[in-house]
Amino acid sequence: MLELRNITKRFGDVLANDNVNIVVKPGTIHAIVGENGAGKSTAMRIAYGFYTADSGEILVDGKPVDIKSPHDAIALGIGMVHQHFMLVETMTVAENIVLGAEPGTNLALDLKSAGAQIRQLSEEFKLAVNPNEPIEHLSVGQQQRVELLKALYRHARILILDEPTAVLTPLEVEEFFMILRRMREQGKTVIIITHKLSEVLAISDEVTVMRDGKVVGRVQTKDTNAAELARLMVGREVLLRVEKPDAKVGKAELEVRNLSVTDRTGAKRVNEVTFEVRSGEIVGIAGVEGNGQTELIEALAGLIEPERMSGEINFEGKNLHTMSARVRRELGIAHIPEDRHRRGLLLDFSLAENSILGVHYRPPVTALAGVFLDENAIQRRAAEIIKEFDVRPPNAVLPARALSGGNQQKLIIGREYKVDPKLLLVSQPTRGVDIGAIEFIHRQLVSLRDDGCAILLVSAELEEVTSLSDRLLIIHDGRIAGEVDPKVATLEEIGLLMTRGH
Amino acid sequence: MTKLARELLFPLIAVVAAFIVGGILILIVGDSPFVAYRLLLGSALSWPDGIGYTLFHATPLIFTGLAVLVGFRCGLFNIGAEGQLYIAAFATAWVGIKFANLTPWLLIPFCFVAAIMSGAFWAAIPGVLKARFGSHEVINTIMLNFIAVALISYFVQYHYKERGDPIMQTSMIGEGAHIARFGKFIPGFPERIPLNLAFLLALLCCFLVYLFLWRTKWGYEIRATGSNPYAAEYGGISIRKQIILAMAVSGALAGMVGINEVLGYRYRYYDGFSDNYGFTGIAVALLGRNHPVGVILAALLFAALQHGGIYVDGFSEHVTKDIVQVLQGIIILFVAAEAFFKWLVGRRPSFQHLRA
Repeated sequence: MLELRNITKRFGDVLANDNVNIVVKPGTIHAIVGENGAGKSTAMRIAYGFYTADSGEILVDGKPVDIKSPHDAIALGIGMVHQHFMLVETMTVAENIVLGAEPGTNLALDLKSAGAQIRQLSEEFKLAVNPNEPIEHLSVGQQQRVELLKALYRHARILILDEPTAVLTPLEVEEFFMILRRMREQGKTVIIITHKLSEVLAISDEVTVMRDGKVVGRVQTKDTNAAELARLMVGREVLLRVEKPDAKVGKAELEVRNLSVTDRTGAKRVNEVTFEVRSGEIVGIAGVEGNGQTELIEALAGLIEPERMSGEINFEGKNLHTMSARVRRELGIAHIPEDRHRRGLLLDFSLAENSILGVHYRPPVTALAGVFLDENAIQRRAAEIIKEFDVRPPNAVLPARALSGGNQQKLIIGREYKVDPKLLLVSQPTRGVDIGAIEFIHRQLVSLRDDGCAILLVSAELEEVTSLSDRLLIIHDGRIAGEVDPKVATLEEIGLLMTRGH
Repeated sequence: MTKLARELLFPLIAVVAAFIVGGILILIVGDSPFVAYRLLLGSALSWPDGIGYTLFHATPLIFTGLAVLVGFRCGLFNIGAEGQLYIAAFATAWVGIKFANLTPWLLIPFCFVAAIMSGAFWAAIPGVLKARFGSHEVINTIMLNFIAVALISYFVQYHYKERGDPIMQTSMIGEGAHIARFGKFIPGFPERIPLNLAFLLALLCCFLVYLFLWRTKWGYEIRATGSNPYAAEYGGISIRKQIILAMAVSGALAGMVGINEVLGYRYRYYDGFSDNYGFTGIAVALLGRNHPVGVILAALLFAALQHGGIYVDGFSEHVTKDIVQVLQGIIILFVAAEAFFKWLVGRRPSFQHLRA
């Protein structure tokens, strides 16, 4: 049905697609997997007419076609839903769906007939949305349905979905998969770009694996498993499940009592939260993003004004409430922030300069009465972090901006480990990070735990928090909705607490 | 080396392009661009007057260029160097008059302190306002310019003018506060040319600003705040303190214009002395790519133009010295266009993103 034949595409010196061959059979769900930068999005964007290939051809229904723009692709029945939705927030669902393909005459817009058509489509595919609702009132999952409807409205037979589950909650993912299966039943062909192996196994019929711009594997989903796919993606054996010994728990390092945090508008983001983290254990916090995790971690790290907090934060018996971020760091609290570009890095600074953020004002990186920076000490420190945490390229003079997400993350982790923390606050440690690096980061977290550090881990990846944590708290709407034993709790149980709060 | 070439490329393009556009304008006005440019630049390189005056004019521009640079590096736009240098020049003169009989060993340092501290104080006001209340430094520095100019004019007019003097200027400062002109040390260099030791002080300040920003922990904190305040905060840096510190250092640098003007040139405060030094400093910092060495080069260029302008006025038929303003304006447009161009380039998704 859709076939890419010998597609090659270069961006400057980068060979993004190297003689790529992909065959998608009609009426199937086809997954394209690979690490960041493997070339999967590039290949699909070529099929959708965003880029033109340097060489190679595209066949639809066995006939070679010339796709020069998304317009051509749509005319051939190919639709694409991007990772970042392309919707006009203030317009209604119907208006967004018809945008660019408005029914009616040139002058008059016939929204009524559009509305009827949309209703029919949403019934056919069970994509419940109200056509007259403005986009800004919809949840992310609903917005995604609008994107799907947009493609269906344009008579797409082949749907390309780029990382569709990245923004969804576990429950929404389930619903989304149901929609995909229904589409397959109705004869549509679905191509899903992803790097989440569990989802590939759950939903797809066939899998194409890409690495470094090449297709390295083509398998039937029923004949494969996660370990094989991971090995194909990374090019070596990967340990998917975190193996860790039982925690040797010590005394309570962090005690949080009735902590509440309000945002600038006065709304309570964290609501009367109480918990503790002991040395030698990883306490996980699971929850749908935006349920107070960010504010909780920032409150503990000292990045929120004391006026906006109430309750108690005790670290080794000391009340942290009014202590600055610097003092907290000096006490032994390290922080791996959720947003490495916004919080974690000075993107225009070199790796060396980034490697001292937080300790830049004191020995060993200062000299001459503590005023001047000791260039040699800084270079040594950076070199150590780069070596121990395998930061690539290993060049301390590069700006942090030049690194891939995974390597930026390794630099941050290396920097925070370097201070031998007693308490580590870590948020989304593997977001946007390749599988190979994820494994490495997980092992580092466990080894830090085994050295007696207390770790508070926030992650939107359920598998990550459940496999890493020794205890798991679930946060919902700023409250701790429950605590479960991650060794025995099921994903359904956790998912329910995440979304309903009880 | 290639990095240096890259850094130099855009400013050079901006300058060359400005001269081409300026040349076309001169043609339209009816003069030969070659004659006009020879007058403009040729005179600036003559010995001793051209070079002497160019360096003299460059002195305040180096100070204000550095002032703007320090602000920029902290993410602040100090448009108030003009007001800061007026306050500082007056304070310098006030000390020079009040303690006129002190020995130079005390009086000169006193005057220096007055210039530096008063400039720092005036600039710290918008710094504190921003740190404490979040009010925008651009608005506040502009407003403080007006206040500074009016306030100092008032003091000169009603309190510090010599009786009967028709000119808006204070009385003379004590002899002990004078700093030496270059003519004292260089044979064949006339002492009437006001180039003085403040020029060496300006060069020293370039070096000190470099050390401060790139080699001390304070500079690191200022630059981190300018580069990403959220990350700075995360790293335990108080961004409020950095804002106040950067503004104060910026104002101190602007204030040193008073040393050149009062202690090395006129030996008194002369109302309205600044030829927009504070504002040209913005152009100097931008063209100099917010680096101390770039500031020296850009200040020399603008100073040469300023000096050459007089000759254009005198010897060409149609073109007036306003051509200098025109050239400066076009240079800034091109420098700003570079930012625009980079912004355009930056908006293109990176390859990393494309292949995600």
